[in-house]
Amino acid sequence: MSLGAREFDFVRDLVRTESAIVLDAGKEYLVESRLLPLARAAGHPDVTSYVAEVALRRQPRSRTAVVEALTTNETSWFRDNDPFTALRTTVLPALAETRTRRSIRIWCAACSTGQEPYSVAMTVLDSPLLAGFDVTIVATDLSEEVLAKGRRGEYSQLEVNRGLPASLLVRHFTREGLSWRISPQLRSRVDFKQLNLLRPYTSLGRFDIVFMRNVLIYFDQATKQDILRRVRQVTAPDGYLFLGAAEMTRGLDDKWEREPAGRSALYRVREEDRSCVPW
Amino acid sequence: MRALVVDDSRAMRRIVGGVLASSGFEVLQAGDGREALDVLETQPEPPQLACVDWNMPVMDGLTFITRVRRRSEWRGITLMMVTTESEQERIVRALAAGAHEYLTKPFEADDLRQKLAFLGLLPDVPVEA
Ligand SMILES: C[S@@+](CC[C@H](N)C(=O)[O-])C[C@H]1O[C@@H](n2cnc3c(N)ncnc32)[C@H](O)[C@@H]1O
Repeated sequence: MSLGAREFDFVRDLVRTESAIVLDAGKEYLVESRLLPLARAAGHPDVTSYVAEVALRRQPRSRTAVVEALTTNETSWFRDNDPFTALRTTVLPALAETRTRRSIRIWCAACSTGQEPYSVAMTVLDSPLLAGFDVTIVATDLSEEVLAKGRRGEYSQLEVNRGLPASLLVRHFTREGLSWRISPQLRSRVDFKQLNLLRPYTSLGRFDIVFMRNVLIYFDQATKQDILRRVRQVTAPDGYLFLGAAEMTRGLDDKWEREPAGRSALYRVREEDRSCVPW
Repeated sequence: MRALVVDDSRAMRRIVGGVLASSGFEVLQAGDGREALDVLETQPEPPQLACVDWNMPVMDGLTFITRVRRRSEWRGITLMMVTTESEQERIVRALAAGAHEYLTKPFEADDLRQKLAFLGLLPDVPVEA
């Protein structure tokens, strides 16, 4: 039996309010395929009856499970390369010079299973200019499931194949059975926390660098605008924002300015919009 | 750009060669390390890349890599081990012998392309979200 219209609407509304992820009409197949394992595990013959029960029961746990199942967690090490080259060659050297308090704070918003924050951590570790700096990497995501994997720091052979240079693999990971475990040194550099981008960020503190890659694409215009504006408020006036290859600030929040970096780009708050608050 | 694919399995040569060809490489092939050295000897210009299996008859991939590294005129060849061997100690040995990269089979076409991009042998391929 294919997914009922009422059940699809329920899931779409739930996912929209809880995560801002937009499920357009026609995404019924996606909802079905993502929820089928949950339905089976809960003893339901199909997704429609499972969703009907979730709708009826009002249990926060099963609702969270539905929302998490509809996030796309696709990621890889050093995704698209260029942002990490820009980080290494432009951003970190600039901060090494201007941050006289020798402390740098980096936020990976929507970090998925950890490949991104750990790629940042490896880049930081390999930057001689940052020797003696206190570098904090906060990695957040909506989904507890991906955060748990990031905290475990354990990846399959197929996962390490995706973008992790072999020299970094053997240096920072240890083979354990069929998987690879990240070194305690790297593991301890990343602080994983649950955070919904729809909720306030101010409790995280302020950041010199924000990676918010490949997550805005799932949201509608108004949500993108709101998130970009609020990210600006937790970014140092002379800080840096990295977006995904298919994302931009133009037409959404024009206080951000695009700076080309190789084949990709980074974003900075326009000079005239930088507040005078000392950072 | 040209690449040499060294593997004793014709199917593997076709798979690896196919990804390289679709990424714009002209592909040369050899069935073992010895044959690969012969191919290199006959080339007026060495290829930019060699993708090398580990276990092969006649001459294995590690020996091939060691031999290539001894020849200064072949210094420009980027060497990538492409093998089912995935123990940490193997990877360390291959890198120590002079391999620049190491990719474990099975892999996806994009994994290989991403490694090439990292090595500066390809324009970046953004991974679809
Ligand atoms: C495609 S992944 C991107 C991972 C990584 N940034 C990258 O570029 O490879 C998108 C992530 O966004 C997370 N996400 C979706 N909606 C979210 C929200 N409202 N708040 C926080 N994270 C969210 C998902 O759980 C998923 O892990």
